Amino acid sequence: MTLHATDPGHTDPASQEVSAATEAEPKRKRLALVASKGSLDMVYPVLMMASTAAALGWEVGIFCTFYGLDIVNKKRNKHLQVAAIGNPASPPPFKGVPFKVPPILGVLPGAQAAATTFMKKWMRDSNMPEFQDLLDTCRELGVNFYACATTMGVMSVDPEDMIDGVSCLGATAFLDYAAEADVCLFV
Amino acid sequence: MSTELQAAKVLDCKGLLCPIPVVKTAKAIKEVDVGQILMMEATDPGAPPDMEAWSRQTGHELVKQENADGVFRFWFRRTS
Repeated sequence: MTLHATDPGHTDPASQEVSAATEAEPKRKRLALVASKGSLDMVYPVLMMASTAAALGWEVGIFCTFYGLDIVNKKRNKHLQVAAIGNPASPPPFKGVPFKVPPILGVLPGAQAAATTFMKKWMRDSNMPEFQDLLDTCRELGVNFYACATTMGVMSVDPEDMIDGVSCLGATAFLDYAAEADVCLFV
Repeated sequence: MSTELQAAKVLDCKGLLCPIPVVKTAKAIKEVDVGQILMMEATDPGAPPDMEAWSRQTGHELVKQENADGVFRFWFRRTS
């Protein structure tokens, strides 16, 4: 009996009952999300979608690839920035002041730091959590973070630099995970 | 408020934007017993469609909602 129960080729009535009881639980919906960007304005939407899906009771997996790997890189995720260059959508930095920063000024020294400061201020003024807090919320809610193995190799990222609980896998394994997902998003 | 909608817990999400109200609601519903009511207050204009969707997705029943003076109030009954 014991031998048969552990052998997938043989099932006895008792083990069938156990599997039927397990299957009776409704399958959770799954969100598979690819995060490919590492600027502050691009990681917020990832974590907002992920935390929302987790709050809906969904299973969530985020594949952090290319610059998106910075989300789970504890050496780099405290220093995420907003690009000042090539961002024509950047709003006026001060509310009520109809002055929009010309994108060309993004080349000036300190422009990126200023753009980052303004985004953090808008978030704070709107009672939005900081990136790190939102990341912690996602982890508390059970969001799974996967580090792209290729990116780690290409960018020489040490597995020790990953935050706790991140597993390293390749596109094949993530697509296998995503094939069972109800929603797939690429950011 | 009718007596059968006596909330076991009240959650203040006024001034908070998506996704914080839904995240807080998901945590708070676990702090009331099955069958009890959680009342949540929000000012995010996206809250009514978001909280209706949260109810559909999680199965926790949205018993009642109202909008008074720019504050949206939702009464959820924990179902599981």
